[in-house]
Amino acid sequence: MLNATLTELSQALSARKISSAELTQLFIDRAHSLNPALNAFITLDSTRSLEQARAADARIARGDAQPLTGIPIAHKDIFCTKGWLTTCGSRMLANFVAPYDAHVLERFEAVGAVVLGKTNMDEFAMGSSSETSYYGPVRNPWDTSAVPGGSSGGSACAVAARLAPAATGTDTGGSIRLPASLCGISGLKPTYGVVSRYGMIAYASSLDQGGPMAKSAADLALLLNSMAGFDLRDSTSLERAPEDYTRDLTQSVKGMRLGLPKEYFAAGLNADVARAIEAAVAQFRAMGCEIVEISLPNTELAVPAYYVLAPAEASSNLARYDGVRYGYRTSDYRDLREMYMKSRAEGFGPEVKRRILIGTYVLSHGYYDAYYLQAQRIRRLIARDFTQAFEHCDLILGPTSPSVAFDLGAKSGDPVQMYLSDIYTIGVNLAGLPGMSIPCGFGEGGRPVGLQIIGNYFDEARMLNAAHRFQIDTDWHLRMPPDVEGVRR
Amino acid sequence: MALSLEDVKRIAMLARLSVTEAEAEQALGELNGVFALIEQMRSANTKDVEPMSHAQDVMLRLRPDAVSEPDNHDLFQSVGPQVEAGLYLVPKVIE
Repeated sequence: MLNATLTELSQALSARKISSAELTQLFIDRAHSLNPALNAFITLDSTRSLEQARAADARIARGDAQPLTGIPIAHKDIFCTKGWLTTCGSRMLANFVAPYDAHVLERFEAVGAVVLGKTNMDEFAMGSSSETSYYGPVRNPWDTSAVPGGSSGGSACAVAARLAPAATGTDTGGSIRLPASLCGISGLKPTYGVVSRYGMIAYASSLDQGGPMAKSAADLALLLNSMAGFDLRDSTSLERAPEDYTRDLTQSVKGMRLGLPKEYFAAGLNADVARAIEAAVAQFRAMGCEIVEISLPNTELAVPAYYVLAPAEASSNLARYDGVRYGYRTSDYRDLREMYMKSRAEGFGPEVKRRILIGTYVLSHGYYDAYYLQAQRIRRLIARDFTQAFEHCDLILGPTSPSVAFDLGAKSGDPVQMYLSDIYTIGVNLAGLPGMSIPCGFGEGGRPVGLQIIGNYFDEARMLNAAHRFQIDTDWHLRMPPDVEGVRR
Repeated sequence: MALSLEDVKRIAMLARLSVTEAEAEQALGELNGVFALIEQMRSANTKDVEPMSHAQDVMLRLRPDAVSEPDNHDLFQSVGPQVEAGLYLVPKVIE
């Protein structure tokens, strides 16, 4: 059961080989036993989960099941989940029980999926290693001395260690793809606007996008079918006809043109990662794809522009945490200003404060043009690079991360080195394109390597097609961390 | 360009974050490192490039001016740090 696909789980539930309550209990027990070592979950609440599972069982008994009915799914603790503690990995929200559901949670609730728990993450999704959480760092299940990548590290860890059949994440600069890569699972960031941001705690609103994290591309497609969809309450949600993201999974990829951006294979890419990516490219060639070299000339400007735009938006979004309406309030203050300043100083961790300070500075009087407007202009250059590249190819392939997972603490003292972990993922967010990461091998220390697949706007089905075909012919996505090996399917 | 300690304290005040002297000094070094990265933007020729604020160039939707939300007053205030008679309590701001 632990390694079953979502479709297999769904069939087992429909055939009454297992009940949702039993399945949910299985994963809760496993999560409880391994969480002390991995710290993937912030909150597990078996009473609530099992209540939903029993409701799902009743629904299945009525013959009213859908593909995800009764399947337990872990949610990044950034998604407001009614009645559940929703902390965003921060002391600021350590007491926040969400009074409503995020759109994504409503969608899963509507099909009868079960909330398995809330996963650990970098505080307010600001980080590339899942080390900035108020609840302590998440560990990589392949090697617990390594980081799982961030910011959706708890979700990636939970899926990789088979503590959950699937999970949700969010991706502002690589926060789904990077941990998926470093933990050896599959993760997809949809086109900006495809998944509603309602109830998804805001970091940088023009870049934030929720998406699925799972063992395989086929599972991602099934999850995205539930997550995607128009929502009036998110002003950037796109009004589009619903899509079946599983529709093209098994199509042939013969003749598909795959572009390799030369900038993604330049200095800075570690040799072990390069080898695994080259082998994956050779696999696609053997599958009949045409490999073409492309260029994304402004790649190096993506990180600098991102670290103006994202902190600027964050400094504005996080102004809401003032200790008045919800969240943390300091215990000792003389006046309103001191209450604000101490509540925020005590409630936010160092990385969040750093980004608030950067954002406040670049938006302050006299600096707006030099930083914010220049970054927005670079954002357009980067988007144009992709548009031009897609004239020559159908999808773009490259590494998700320049290295395999690094050791805990290795970069936490050097923000700039940490920021450069996202060099290959940030451009996709700036352009608003869909991007995904799938496992394609192992590098140094037996740590996983992820292959990034970037599509044109709304081309998720084609990306999932390429990824699924790759996963039919390879078995990287079936590999499990040592502790899980030997578990019977 | 490098920030000064005074800049850091000023920004912290604008951002309503209280910082100690030691925290301000540590932040100064880190922020200057980050700004050295950000300064790489200057090398880009962005003449005549229109700033891009959103991934999709679509008009923001408008909705009819009608009540659409139910009254969730009590529920939403249940998570407030200090609430009384339907009001959020804060230190006195007007004498």
